[in-house]
Amino acid sequence: MASSHQASGIQAGRLTRQKIADNFGDLHPAYDAHEAAVAADRCYFCYDAPCMTACPTSIDIPQFIREIQTGNPEAAARSILKQNILGGMCARVCPTETLCEEVCVREAAEGKPVEIGRLQRYATDVMMAKESHPFSRGESTGKRIAVVGAGPAGLAAAHRLALLGHEVVIHEKKGKSGGLNEFGIAAYKSPNDFAAREVNWLLQIGGISVVYGEGLGGGLTLEALTAEFDAVFLSIGLAGVNALRAPGENKDGTRDAVEFIAELRQADDLSKLAVGRNVVVIGGGMTAVDAAVQSKLLGAENVTIAYRRGQESMGASRFEQDLATSKGVKLMFNVMPVAVHGDGAASEIELEYTTVEEGKVSGTGEKFRLAAEQVFKAIGQTLEGQPEGLVLEGRKIKVDDAGRTSVKGVWAGGDCASGGEDLTVTAVAEGRDGAIDIHSSLMG
Amino acid sequence: MADLTTEFLGIKSPNPFWLASAPPTDKEYNVRRAFEAGWGGVVWKTLGEEGPPVVNVNGPRYGAIFGADRRLLGLNNIELITDRPLEVNLEEITRVKKDYPDHAIIVSLMVPCEEQAWKDILPRVEATGADGIELNFGCPHGMAERGMGSAVGQVPEYIQMVTEWCKKYYSKPVIVKLTPNISDIRQPARAAKKGGADAVSLINTINSIISVDLDVMAPNPTIGDKGTHGGYCGPAVKPIALNMVAEIARDPETHGLPISAIGGITTWRDAAEFISLGAGNVQVCTAAMTYGFKVVEEMISGLSQWMDEKGHASIADFMGQAVPNVTDWQYLNLNYVAKAVINQDDCIKCGRCFAACEDTSHQAIAMSEDRVFTVKNDECVACNLCVNVCPVENCITLEQVAPGQLDERTGELVSEDYANWTTHPNNPSATAAE
Repeated sequence: MASSHQASGIQAGRLTRQKIADNFGDLHPAYDAHEAAVAADRCYFCYDAPCMTACPTSIDIPQFIREIQTGNPEAAARSILKQNILGGMCARVCPTETLCEEVCVREAAEGKPVEIGRLQRYATDVMMAKESHPFSRGESTGKRIAVVGAGPAGLAAAHRLALLGHEVVIHEKKGKSGGLNEFGIAAYKSPNDFAAREVNWLLQIGGISVVYGEGLGGGLTLEALTAEFDAVFLSIGLAGVNALRAPGENKDGTRDAVEFIAELRQADDLSKLAVGRNVVVIGGGMTAVDAAVQSKLLGAENVTIAYRRGQESMGASRFEQDLATSKGVKLMFNVMPVAVHGDGAASEIELEYTTVEEGKVSGTGEKFRLAAEQVFKAIGQTLEGQPEGLVLEGRKIKVDDAGRTSVKGVWAGGDCASGGEDLTVTAVAEGRDGAIDIHSSLMG
Repeated sequence: MADLTTEFLGIKSPNPFWLASAPPTDKEYNVRRAFEAGWGGVVWKTLGEEGPPVVNVNGPRYGAIFGADRRLLGLNNIELITDRPLEVNLEEITRVKKDYPDHAIIVSLMVPCEEQAWKDILPRVEATGADGIELNFGCPHGMAERGMGSAVGQVPEYIQMVTEWCKKYYSKPVIVKLTPNISDIRQPARAAKKGGADAVSLINTINSIISVDLDVMAPNPTIGDKGTHGGYCGPAVKPIALNMVAEIARDPETHGLPISAIGGITTWRDAAEFISLGAGNVQVCTAAMTYGFKVVEEMISGLSQWMDEKGHASIADFMGQAVPNVTDWQYLNLNYVAKAVINQDDCIKCGRCFAACEDTSHQAIAMSEDRVFTVKNDECVACNLCVNVCPVENCITLEQVAPGQLDERTGELVSEDYANWTTHPNNPSATAAE
C-alpha cells in the first residue's frame, strides 16, 4: 500500500522521493559572485567590529568581507580559516542571528544585518572548490598528541597541532569523523555530504591520523594515552541523553531525537526512513527544532514541539523557531510531558500545562492528550563515559581558560568541557585554543 | 506648478535638460526617441568635414568604474566624432528640426583649424534650420592628435580665432564647448568670449585611464593587447565640472556669459546645483547612456517639485543664486567656529567616525567600552570628516558655536567679528584690519 501523509503509524515514503529531495535542499542557497558582491558592499567596515567580538572564534569579519568586496574570495577564506578551520560548516550551522549578525550595526540601523554567514559560506566554498589546502605544516616538533573524539573541537585541535608541527592521532569511537557535524545537525544545513568533505579537506594539512572504533572505555584509557603521548586533548562530546522521567517513555515509537537525526543523516535514501503521522518533540533547543522540522520534511502530518517553559526561554533561536513554524511545525509553550500512552507502541502523549515561577517549572494540573505515534526526546545531552579522575564542574569536565583539565597533560574542549555554549563554533574555538596552549606547554 | 521652459540664447526648449553631443544624439532615430521621452533639446553628435568619415575602433569603446551594486559612477570612452557621412547627418537634422520646432537642436562641429574648413561647413549647417552650433574643442582622444578637439581647446588664441570665423560665417548662436584638460578654465572661457561666443558649455570629458586590465597588462578598454587614454565622464566628474562652471560664472571678465553646464548630471538635484552656479541649462549624457532616455522624467518631476517648494516660478528665478557665495579661501571667516555633534539616538555604533578621527584627524572623538561615541570639544576642529564617513545621514552634524560662547579647543570666546586670512597676524602679507 502506498503510504502518504495520512497513513497511520510510523511509515516510510510519506512523500515522493523527489519531494523529499526538494525538502532537504540547501536551507540557505549559496550566493553567486554578484550576490556576494552586493551583500559585501553592505558592510560598513566597523571599527573594533561588534560582529568580530561576538564570534566565538574571533574571525576578522570586516576584513574577510572586504576581501570578498575586492574580488578576492580566496583571501577571504584564508582570513576565516586561520581563525576557524571549520569556517565552512560554521557558515552553515552557526546561529548567526544570535552571534555576529545579531550585533551587526545594520541590524541596529535597519533590522537587516549584513548576511555574514552566507558571505562566509561563499568565501569558504570558493576555497574548498579548489580542493587545495591553504595552510602548510610547521617544522616537525617530534611531539605526539592524542585527540579523543573527531568532532568539531577535536578536529580544530588536531588541525592546529598539526599546523604547529606536532603529530596527532585522533581516536574516534564511531566509524566516521565529524561528530555532530556529521551526525547531529539537520540535513538541510549541510547537504551534499559537506561534513565529510570538510573533514577530508581539513586532513590535507597532514600529520593527523584517525583511528576509528576506539573510545574511552572501549579499549582506551586515559592512563595509557598519557603514558604514550606528550599530551591528550579530550573532545568526547555529550554521549548521554536525558531521560523524560514520564511513564511510558520506553514504549515503541519513543526515542531520542539525536538518534533519529543521526539515522537520518546517515540514511542513503530518505524515502525509506520511517516517520510518524503524528510526531511530538519534547524539548526547546536546536535539536528539538532539527528533529521536528525534519519529521515534517519527511512527510509527517502533524508535528508539535512541546516545551515546558515560555517562548522567551527556548534554547532555539527565534530564527529557528520561525523556520519550524514556516515548515508547519506547531510550537507549544508551557507544557510538559506526563505520560506516553498506547497499547505497546505509543499512540498518544499526555501533557500538562505549566507555570514558571522564579525559574521553577510546576504543573497547573490541567492536562490534555495529543495523538503521537512518535515521540522524540530532545531535552538535552549529558556527559557520559568520561575517564575517572577528572574534576567535573556541574555535569561537564572542568577546564580553565586555556582548556586544561585537573589532570596534568590533559586538555579538554567542546561540549564535554565546562564553559561556553554548546555550539560548533564554540567547540572550534576551544579546540584551537587548547591546541595553542598544548603547544606552548610542550615547547616551553 | 513651476515653469521649466527655458530660453537659452533665445533658443526655446520645454525644459532645461538637453542631451549632450555624444552617442545618444548620433542619429535621427535616437533624437526622435529622446524628444518623445521628454528631453528639451539635443546637441547633435559632432560632425566633421566633408569627405570620408572618421572610423571608430571595432573593439570596446567604453570603460567604467562602479560603486556598490555595480552602480556606474564613471565612464570613459575612446569613441570619436560621428562616423556617418556629413550629408546624412545634415539631412536628418533638417528633418527632425522640421518635426520638432519647439525643441532645441544644436549642431556640434569639429573641423580642421583652417578658416576655409569652417567657411565650407557653416552654411550647410545653417541650412538645416538647427538652432545653433557648439564648437567641440574638447575631445581629449583621437581627434586631438589630428590638431582638433582639445588640441584647439587648450590654446586660447585658437579658440578665439575659430570662434571669430564661426561668428563671421554663421548667423545663429555659437556655443564654445570647453575642455577641462587645462590648468585654468577661465582662460579658454575668456578667449571664447573675446571671439564673440554667445555661450560656453562645459565640461567636456576628462583625459583618463579608467582602469588597467591586470591579466592583459593594458589599460581598459583594451583593444587586443593595447589600450589608450579616453574621455572620462559620469557622476564622478560632477565636482570638477561644478567648480569650473563656478569659476567662469564669478570671473569678472566672463560673468554673465551664458553657460550650458555638462558633467555628471544624473538627477534633478545635480541640475539645480549647476543652475544655481550660473548655468542657463544643462546637458546630460552618461545618465541617459546608463539608464535610457526615461531618466529625464525624474529630472523634470524632481526639479519641478523642488522649485515649487522653494517658490521659484522659473529657472531664471534661481539661476546663479549661489555664485556670490563662491569665494576664495582667503576670504572665509576664520572666526566662524563649529563643533561636531553626534546624535546618540541615530548612532548605530559602527565606529567609523572614531577610526577616521583617531587615525587620520584630530583625535577628537572618544569611544567608551560600550561603544558610545562622543565628540571632545576641546580637540574638535570641525573638519567634517566624521560627518562625511558616517553611514547614517544627519547622525553627526556640525553645530556653530555662537559668538560669545567658549571655544573649548582654544579656550577663547568666539568673536562676533568677521576676520579672514588677509588680515590674520600669521599671514606675512597681511594687511592691517581696518
